Amino acid sequence: MPDPVIRIDNLHIDARANDAWSAIVRGVSLAVHPGEVLGLVGESGAGKSTIGLAALGYLRPGARVSGGSVHLLGQDLLALPESERRRFRGTQVAYVAQSAQAAFNPVHRLMDQIVAVAVDRGGLTRAEAEERAVTLFTALRLPDPAQFGDRYPHQVSGGQLQRAMVAMALICNPALIVFDEPTTALDVTTQVEVLISIRKVIQDFGVAAIYITHDLAVVAQIAHRVAVLRHGAVVEEAPIARIMDAPQHPYTRSLWAVHELPVDAAGAHDRKGAPLLDIRDLAARYKQFQVLTDISLQVGRGETVALVGESGSGKSTLGRVIVGLKEPAAGTLTYDGQPLAPTVARRPLPTIRRIQIIYQSADTALNPRHSVRRILGRPLTLYHGLRGARREARVQELLRLVEMEPTHADRLPGQLSGGQKQRVAIARALAAEPELIICDEITSALDKVVQAEVLRMLLVLQARLGVSFLFITHDIEVVRAVADRVVVMQAGRIVEQGEKARVFAPPHEPYTETLLASVPEMAVGWLDRIIAGRAA
Amino acid sequence: MDATARPVSTPRLTRFLHLLRSAPLTAQFGMVVTLAYALVALFAPLIAPYGEVEVVSRVPFDGWSAEHLLGTDQLGRDFLSRLIYGARNSISIALITTILSLTLGCLLGMFAALVGGLVDQVLSRIVDALMSVPELIFILMILSILGGSILNLILIIAVLTSTRFYRISRAAALNVASLDFVEAARARGEGSLWIAVNEILPNILPLILSELGMRFCFIFLNIAALSFLGVGIQPPTAEWGSMVRDNAALINMGNVTPLIPAAAIALLAIAVNFVVDWMLNRASGLSEEA
Repeated sequence: MPDPVIRIDNLHIDARANDAWSAIVRGVSLAVHPGEVLGLVGESGAGKSTIGLAALGYLRPGARVSGGSVHLLGQDLLALPESERRRFRGTQVAYVAQSAQAAFNPVHRLMDQIVAVAVDRGGLTRAEAEERAVTLFTALRLPDPAQFGDRYPHQVSGGQLQRAMVAMALICNPALIVFDEPTTALDVTTQVEVLISIRKVIQDFGVAAIYITHDLAVVAQIAHRVAVLRHGAVVEEAPIARIMDAPQHPYTRSLWAVHELPVDAAGAHDRKGAPLLDIRDLAARYKQFQVLTDISLQVGRGETVALVGESGSGKSTLGRVIVGLKEPAAGTLTYDGQPLAPTVARRPLPTIRRIQIIYQSADTALNPRHSVRRILGRPLTLYHGLRGARREARVQELLRLVEMEPTHADRLPGQLSGGQKQRVAIARALAAEPELIICDEITSALDKVVQAEVLRMLLVLQARLGVSFLFITHDIEVVRAVADRVVVMQAGRIVEQGEKARVFAPPHEPYTETLLASVPEMAVGWLDRIIAGRAA
Repeated sequence: MDATARPVSTPRLTRFLHLLRSAPLTAQFGMVVTLAYALVALFAPLIAPYGEVEVVSRVPFDGWSAEHLLGTDQLGRDFLSRLIYGARNSISIALITTILSLTLGCLLGMFAALVGGLVDQVLSRIVDALMSVPELIFILMILSILGGSILNLILIIAVLTSTRFYRISRAAALNVASLDFVEAARARGEGSLWIAVNEILPNILPLILSELGMRFCFIFLNIAALSFLGVGIQPPTAEWGSMVRDNAALINMGNVTPLIPAAAIALLAIAVNFVVDWMLNRASGLSEEA
């Protein structure tokens, strides 16, 4: 067997928090051989990114190595001074970050940024580097490869930008690339394209890779071997086939169980009487842009309707129209038999109370300067006139309802984890005692383990309180788990709607077909079948 | 406000004391000096050896002596006593003016940011117009029209300074107003004023407090300058700016006494700015935990 490209031995990394050092990586040993792809899997906070960066000999500010070594091509990176290590980065080992949007400088052309390392320390001339970049653009199947580099980051799509970053990583023909969740921020339909490109260049250029992700279905398509991380230590490492078929460690098995979200066994909720929310022929526009056209849908009492579609399909705008934040250009909204005023300012408070919205990012949806008590207390005072001890009692009750501790009431949002913040946001919506809750991508910012917990909790709450949900999401797995009915949107129109079982069973509308086919399956070889299917 | 807020207050006090101790030396110096000024202003009648307008000597421009530590002024009043009373007048007027302009500017700024559209445009253009005229000349002009009473002085300076608060709070509020929690508050059915005070203000407060310190210094200097020019606070009220002017003749004779009120103004300005710099540093870093 040839020498490994990178060998990490018994690596320990500490991070500084509140004036104390705590271990975030505890004795990790890994090796990646030429041409091999190692998947690094674990929930957020498991230390995946820290290890990925350590492979570049880089530590985030506030972190330190407390033991172990990192050998890149036989060279001990950690023994070198920082200035020496810099020479390796971009040339021998490269990094592809999660958000290309954030990684590219918006004021420079793509080509200037992609060739910078090659010209600076890769030993290529500008002309050679640009030639190679165009070759890579072609290999990555980017449109119009010769001119692609002349564009600015905002002039290309998210999927293209992510592939441009892969080109930047490959420009010096490195021995190792670290992919840090490169498709997490993308839509499922875009994700497939990027995955296919990544797979292709890894094979074509024979580069070794570390692929970091929390999505097991993705890692199954890319990696040869998988290391499962938990609390900064490797709990299991095995070839991909064995990890998929016969996971050994209990934690690995629990990751699998989570991925197969509980499909609502009770079956569709019966729709009784008139629908709670009835939307007819709705249209909306921003300035001259038509974002919603001919939208008609109903949400029944105690029912969960899932609104699916990729970003830009207008599903979030529809949510904003329903709560009255965006005035519709045409059409009618009827709630419980009564017409709804177009804007929230013209709706009476008791009507506002009955429809609540929960946002995608609890980070921005909760005021960072308000304690949890104040956040939950406000709707109680506003809608129900509760004060003092009675309000406090209800705050505690709400915290219990979303499975949090009474002591959390004193915390600020910054002192809570991502999952806890989303629970607070859910509790704030529940405080109003609404009949309809609009959930706008509420689980997409959470990792799979937390996501499953939050969804399970919502289903329990629905059974107890009888609320209706309008679930806006692009995650088909979530839809499978929670929805009674499904509405598929594309480019501001509804392309298909109906019972979950009917929408998900063939024959499909063409767009629904694409959407369903893009969801990675939990099986090795899914991507191969897609590639083979396209070639045929 | 909250019944449960009380048990939290004790650690809050210790945390505050801890915070003061952790402040850099410049900020501690600034706080001590500012506190000293405040005490002098507050207890002026107890500290001053003579009355504010009391003529205590037949000799105008008397030199420093055991009886009159800093000598006497052009009318034979005790210079030190007038300096002490001057602290009271100058500081209190500057403080009232600052608070007025802060309230006016911030409320309008947040209002403009939240409502947007035509209201924002009209308010912003009015503010631009006010800011485009040199401040001191503008004040002189309006004072000569309306007459130089203390009330007029306070109102004019407050309105002109509020343009600065307007701009900074509008810009900061625009950033905050685009966040989901503001939209969530709208969706909840809250009014604009409630959102401004409860959702936005806590998030832009550090920035505004820093601006507050800066503006306090400028207002203080403005009043002193106006008094020096003879249109600010009228005699016989003791005020630092007019004290410099009234006794300026002494400088020709090599006497530094008229410069002491000027130094008092400068020292306060420096002290307040030290404190403000420190607050700004804290606000730009991690402001919650520290």
